Amino acid sequence: MTVAFLYALSGVALFVVAFHALVNRRHLLHKIMSLNVLGSGVFLVIGALARRAPTADPDPVPLALVITGIVVAVAATALGIVIMLRLQAATGRPELPPADRN
Amino acid sequence: MPQPGAALLVVAVLLPVSAAAACFLAPRLARGIAVAVALGLASVVVLLAVELVAHGPLEYRVGGWGAPLGIDLRADGLTLFMLLAAALTGLPITVYGLAYFPASAAAGGFWPLWMLLWGALNALFLSGDAFNLYVTLELMGLSAVVLVALAGSVDALGGAMRYLLMTLTASLIYLLGVGLLYHQTGVLDLNLLGAALQGGAADALQGGAAALGPAWVALGLMCAALLVKSALFPLHFWLPPAHSSAPVPVSAALSGLVVKATVYLLLRLWLDVMPPGKEDLGTALGVLGAAAIVWGSVQALRQSELKLLVAYSTVAQLGYLFLPFAVEAAHAGVAWRGAAYFVLCHALAKTAMFMTVGNLQKLGGSARLGELRHVARQFPVSLAAFGIAGITIIGLPPSGGFLAKWLLLQASIGAGQWWLAVVVLAGGLLSAAYVFRVVGLAFVEDGSESAPARRSSAAEWITLAVALGTLALGFTAPPMLRVLEVGSPFGEPFGGALLWEPGGAP
Amino acid sequence: MSWNAALPLLVLLSSLAPGVLIFAIPESFRRWRTLLNLAGAVLKVALVGVMALGVADGQEFELRFPLLPGMDLALVADPLAMLLVVLSSVLWLVTTVYAVGYLERSPHRRRFFGFFSICVTATVGVAMAGNLLTFLLFYELLTLSTYPLVVHRGTDVARRAGRVYLIYTLTGGTVLFGGIVWLYVLAGTVEFAPRGFVSGLPASEHGSLALIFLILVAGVGVKAALVPLHGWLPRAMVAPAPVSALLHAVAVVKAGVFGIVRIVQNVYGVEFSLDLGLTPPLAVVAAVTIVYGSLRALHQDDLKRRLAFSTVSQVSYIVLGTAVVGPLATVGGLVHLVHQGLMKITLFLCAGNLAETLDIHRISEMNGVARRMPWTMAAFSVAALGMIGLPPLVGFISKWYLGLGGVEAGESWVLAVLVVSGMLNGAYFLPILYAAWFREPPPRWPHDQGSPGRLETSWWLLAPPLTTAFLTLFLGLLASAPFSPLRWVQFVGGLVYEP
Repeated sequence: MTVAFLYALSGVALFVVAFHALVNRRHLLHKIMSLNVLGSGVFLVIGALARRAPTADPDPVPLALVITGIVVAVAATALGIVIMLRLQAATGRPELPPADRN
Repeated sequence: MPQPGAALLVVAVLLPVSAAAACFLAPRLARGIAVAVALGLASVVVLLAVELVAHGPLEYRVGGWGAPLGIDLRADGLTLFMLLAAALTGLPITVYGLAYFPASAAAGGFWPLWMLLWGALNALFLSGDAFNLYVTLELMGLSAVVLVALAGSVDALGGAMRYLLMTLTASLIYLLGVGLLYHQTGVLDLNLLGAALQGGAADALQGGAAALGPAWVALGLMCAALLVKSALFPLHFWLPPAHSSAPVPVSAALSGLVVKATVYLLLRLWLDVMPPGKEDLGTALGVLGAAAIVWGSVQALRQSELKLLVAYSTVAQLGYLFLPFAVEAAHAGVAWRGAAYFVLCHALAKTAMFMTVGNLQKLGGSARLGELRHVARQFPVSLAAFGIAGITIIGLPPSGGFLAKWLLLQASIGAGQWWLAVVVLAGGLLSAAYVFRVVGLAFVEDGSESAPARRSSAAEWITLAVALGTLALGFTAPPMLRVLEVGSPFGEPFGGALLWEPGGAP
Repeated sequence: MSWNAALPLLVLLSSLAPGVLIFAIPESFRRWRTLLNLAGAVLKVALVGVMALGVADGQEFELRFPLLPGMDLALVADPLAMLLVVLSSVLWLVTTVYAVGYLERSPHRRRFFGFFSICVTATVGVAMAGNLLTFLLFYELLTLSTYPLVVHRGTDVARRAGRVYLIYTLTGGTVLFGGIVWLYVLAGTVEFAPRGFVSGLPASEHGSLALIFLILVAGVGVKAALVPLHGWLPRAMVAPAPVSALLHAVAVVKAGVFGIVRIVQNVYGVEFSLDLGLTPPLAVVAAVTIVYGSLRALHQDDLKRRLAFSTVSQVSYIVLGTAVVGPLATVGGLVHLVHQGLMKITLFLCAGNLAETLDIHRISEMNGVARRMPWTMAAFSVAALGMIGLPPLVGFISKWYLGLGGVEAGESWVLAVLVVSGMLNGAYFLPILYAAWFREPPPRWPHDQGSPGRLETSWWLLAPPLTTAFLTLFLGLLASAPFSPLRWVQFVGGLVYEP
């Protein structure tokens, strides 16, 4: 078992924990944060697998994937927080309104 | 040396993206810019079609780098179909937007985002590389989220939030899949991926066929992510709230184009990348598609809010796009051609339907079916548009939807897969039920005083024109399907010589 | 585009274009609308006349437009098509005149006449369809364009009837769609051929072919109102009188029956259908429908409902003639396509006159009505006697050939059906005639809308039924003259059998 494999495993663990929180937490800030943790899990896995063969140097392409992913996550987090604040202003609660209001 | 005309591929992406920037910087000019770009993109698609028929598939290597490192833009017949769907619906959506959004600066947010969304869609259709596709997916998703939120109501904000959480989670899962696949193969270009996984080259990987296991995990992750984004039943939970609460032109773009972009991507993976042994996955997708048709239609029937009815109809109609996955390989090509045509027809029909909802909301003050009962007959043009678009949704002739369903049926029956044929036919009847629930309103005479005749608004006439477009598609299939054949995205031309000779068999 | 290709298109456009234009002009432009309607109808009759002369002369009129690779929208004016084309064009003209008078004061005339014109276009398209794809296209267009006419009044009853109508016809259309695609997959073509196109398929496919036959006939049987698929028809009676007349005499039921004729003659071929054992069961269904419709008609007090069940019964004469294999029966069935149309439209127009002028809807209100409206009731009586089969009216001609055909084919039970049905026809029509002519009228008519002392009702309403009643008599007397429906049908019948 290599160190890289351990990293990958912890990435998967982060992913699972974050997904659980994403689904079950009601507070939108929690949801947005879980999304970020979930992203970190994914990035960790990809980063850990960057070394495609045991002896080779790490491949730069997966790192490019990760960096792009991080940029997107930052932008999306900002967007999510704006929408959350607007929701809170409108309903008084930082939560999702019920989906089916009929 | 780039092919002549390949520059059109870059224009198709750069034009809307730079227009987005221009609309953002000069909000006063945004409306004019948007219309000009919409017309420009429509002409680009026409020029591309001519170019494709004359020279075959096109490829443009941005910066001259080429695969495996550079960014390639590619276009074959299927790509062109998607670009065409975007242009055919994008143009009327833009024009309708002029009437829908007031000219004030407050409503100006729509234009740059709409241009960005269009650019992202075109980029997605043209990309041939798993990672670029991720970027375009994100660009498309984020601009769509903001567009939904533009409406500003609690429903819209909630819908946008759900959409955001869904689309980001799915994107990350997709990215994870891409990372794993790269780890396996060392390439990201779809063609190279396909070569690595599909052909005999798979054996060249360490471990031979056994090495496909991890690749399937990666592909499975990508598929799952795309299925969520395509709102395939039962992963459609986010679609009705988002699509029904957005401003009307946005709803039309989301239902008509955005959900189909991810189906397109899934299809590309299916055709170009996935190794053999995918029949069970295909059957599962087909079954889910069938379930979507039934479930979505029944839900549409139960809605009291017209906009939700139309949104659930989208859930149902998307199901048709998944049926061909289940069709036996020898007949799948015919089914895919039907599905491709279906994309075009549904995009236009759904646009007309959402526009009708918008007209009724704006002019009639409500889009609840119960309240529409009393006012609907004052809007004959809008309801006529809804009814005409409904012809395509039901799949009745003369409309493009009918021809698409003919091909789907022909493939299912040809393959002896009767359950698919039954689903295609039953889906038509179910959609008739909810379409006529709305159309019937136009004929209600409840004894109340007839309102004074009113002039139909420009928005209503646009709606009617879009709806008539779906009828026109009932007469344009042969030349369009010919363009679809460029680059043979579905393998062998179907029916052989029979296909192209007018008059059929002797 | 050559003249021979353009003419079928022009025939379609002569009703489609006025329909579309009528939608475009405002409701208040009454004169323009009437002008458009009449101009379209007259033009159509003229064009059809030219085409009929051409067909009789041996010319071919054909227009093709590719809809899918390898599959065309095909409009072909063959002799069989001309039968329905001529019938619908002439009756459209008659009904248009009538409708202009009938809807004088009612709202939504724009919508009514617009869809009315599209409806006729669809019927003519059904007639001229050169393959099953084209047939299906116009068949469904007919469904779509008649729905607004059925729900025209907008009342709850009308809308419920519209819903029932849609459920029946759209389901029928869907079944037909499935059957056609299956046949296409099997045979590789859906083009009509004079003696069918499936007889060359290997014997291993005969089971599938029989099943497809069942599916196709069930699909078109809905509009043909074959028992037990007839339920929509009596309900659709809520529509205004011109619509009922059109639905029953020309458009919808005829499209269904015409579909059955096409399937038996031009898809399977008469003799091959018999070889597969498909026509005898169809004949039985037709016979059951004939008797059942008549029995139900006996008990209806509502005049239009009685006529509706009579239609259920009479239309199946055509099916019976098609399903009994033999040249004479074929002639009898096909000629009834025209004859039944003439008689039934007369009856419905007269019923409309009673409703419009005196607000009479029930047979129990008709005592002595012939004294108030002698011309209307005279026309009604001629058509009713024709239905019973009294010589020399056209109904007699149909029944005569059907009977001869039954004997010729060795199916003598057909005679029994004809006799029973003729008696039942008498049983539900003669009491109406008796009441109208010989019973004492009420001292005054409670809802009389007419102007006493002048004509019994307006010319617009009176001229059409008198015309069709006259044709009922005239075409019966001159049945063997050249260009009579009978002569034409004998020509058509000659094409479907091996020489």
